[in-house]
Amino acid sequence: MTAAPPAIARPDAPAPAPAPGRRDTRARRRRRRRENLPLYIAISPFYLLFAVFGLFPILFSIVLSFTDWDGMGEISFVGLAQYQFLVTDDRFWNAVGNTFIIWILSTVPMLFLAMAIAFLLHQNIRFTPLYRVAFFLPNVTSMVAMAIVFGSVFSDTFGLVNSAMTALGLDAVPWLSSPWGIKITIAAMVIWRFTGYNAIIYLAGLQSIPTDLYDAARVDGASLLQVFFRITIPLMRPIILFTVITSTIGGLSLFTEPQVLLGDGGGAGEAGMTIVLYQYNQAFTQFDFGYGSAIAWALFLIAAVFAIINWRLVSGRGDGPARRPRARKDSRR
Amino acid sequence: MTAAPPLPRTTASGRKSTRRAISPHYGARSLVAKIVVHLCVLIGVVLSIFPFYWLVVMSTSTTAEIFGYPPKLTFGDSFVENVRNVVQSVDMLQALTNTVIVSGACALLVMFFDSLAAFAFAKFDFPGKNVLFVLLIATMLVPGSLSLVPSFILMSQIGWVGTLQALIVPGAANAFGIFLLRQMAAGSIPDELVESARIDGAGFFTTYWRIAVPLLRGGLAFLGIFTFIAAWNDYVWPLIVLVNPERQTLQTALQNLNSLYLTDYGMVMAGALISVVPLIGVFIIGSRHFIANIAAGAIKG
Repeated sequence: MTAAPPAIARPDAPAPAPAPGRRDTRARRRRRRRENLPLYIAISPFYLLFAVFGLFPILFSIVLSFTDWDGMGEISFVGLAQYQFLVTDDRFWNAVGNTFIIWILSTVPMLFLAMAIAFLLHQNIRFTPLYRVAFFLPNVTSMVAMAIVFGSVFSDTFGLVNSAMTALGLDAVPWLSSPWGIKITIAAMVIWRFTGYNAIIYLAGLQSIPTDLYDAARVDGASLLQVFFRITIPLMRPIILFTVITSTIGGLSLFTEPQVLLGDGGGAGEAGMTIVLYQYNQAFTQFDFGYGSAIAWALFLIAAVFAIINWRLVSGRGDGPARRPRARKDSRR
Repeated sequence: MTAAPPLPRTTASGRKSTRRAISPHYGARSLVAKIVVHLCVLIGVVLSIFPFYWLVVMSTSTTAEIFGYPPKLTFGDSFVENVRNVVQSVDMLQALTNTVIVSGACALLVMFFDSLAAFAFAKFDFPGKNVLFVLLIATMLVPGSLSLVPSFILMSQIGWVGTLQALIVPGAANAFGIFLLRQMAAGSIPDELVESARIDGAGFFTTYWRIAVPLLRGGLAFLGIFTFIAAWNDYVWPLIVLVNPERQTLQTALQNLNSLYLTDYGMVMAGALISVVPLIGVFIIGSRHFIANIAAGAIKG
């Protein structure tokens, strides 16, 4: 695509030649306002909807988090009591721990696998478009249906996984009733769903690396490993960071998988209770709207800390390559 | 030797013809290496596809067959019976209709409102434009789970709890789509066209309809499919707001089926299949476009 010039300003010469004079500038201003009106109408739906269904609820949830309310009776303000309770609530901290463990169990293998798949698909092989569709399919399917399927595949008593393990002479694992089994099963679902998505993104990143860089490296006699670590990885860094960020956001808001697999309670010993599931549990099964809102803000705080760490990773250390795409984006804006 | 020009139009960049000469690919030169690469990829493909295959196997089997050991890995013949049980237990047809209405309405509204805003942002100047656009970007950083509780309270205050518009209206325009289409419009709509339309006396909305929409077709198609899929799969919000058991989407109906009839696996799986198949159809029809855009968005974003 050709480099687009910045959006055109309103053309300097309006169609009918304006006569000079003060009255005319006022007329022109009025006309300009009239011309701008459709533009404001065009962009208004988003802002109106956001004000009503986005901004207002967020502000309201700040208020709610200082109250004790079941949605029906009187709202009573309790100050910081919800947050004080939150800090000492073992169930909340258990949910935080679970969320982190599942996040690590899923993200680390997922991104390695995705990179491996992208590398293989980049080998100029046949059927790559077909493979891409197959790898992407898990990402677009309903997680409710697939959580049900995974529930049966990992079932303690009749699941395929345990059948296979028994057939191989191993002991069956109580996937859905032991703390680690539950976490591994949830992580497996996340890996299954998002590996292909990340691989497609990595593949696009690999394809965007200019081939002359590789040629130059080869002329200089670089080995395959050197090429990978000195050229591929540095140039892929912003893309890897993008996938880390999206995986972090997804990992922190994990809900459907544990809810469908284990129910609102998070399974045996709440081993599959995630932060968002706990929020849902408190707000919509216990009808403790105040505490539910406090949990939401605690999650927001955790997400913000992660965002800052991610941002540090992008802006610190990384010299050239990490900056490149941001600069590109700025120039396009 | 395999001179490899299969399906040239499907490769991302059209660099295919020159690949061989300046290939960065150290592996995959010999036949053996190629076979190894294909084998590794195929293992991945099998793992990706297997749960779908297994879903079909289970939804065509009786519960007794599913519980059996060793497990039966081939299709059964109880599919019709399972589907009949589903339809008798939960109003899956109604749920399917609701889901199609919600996903379709969301997709159409998002395509319309987002492209309108994107065109205004991309090709015109107006006071406050930059501030408004930064604001728009900032809203993308707000996590959705933050507003679950107050949104539900809001919906109950305006009497929308249990209605489909509670699923459609809040998402009728979104920052992601406006941002995406703005980037596309900036590159693909020539200023001269907009300019000449203006000189011909066309207003903003006429220019939008006659020039922007046709030129943004590709981006609109992607956004439409993306929104349709996202709305189809949405779970948390319908779960909270659709309190009326008679008015459910596929996802919540399926979860009801799952928790109420946990023991009848064949039936639950048939319900799961019903909820998955239409979406896979939509995805496969639009897949080439869809995947390319997802990847491009990540690279540029």
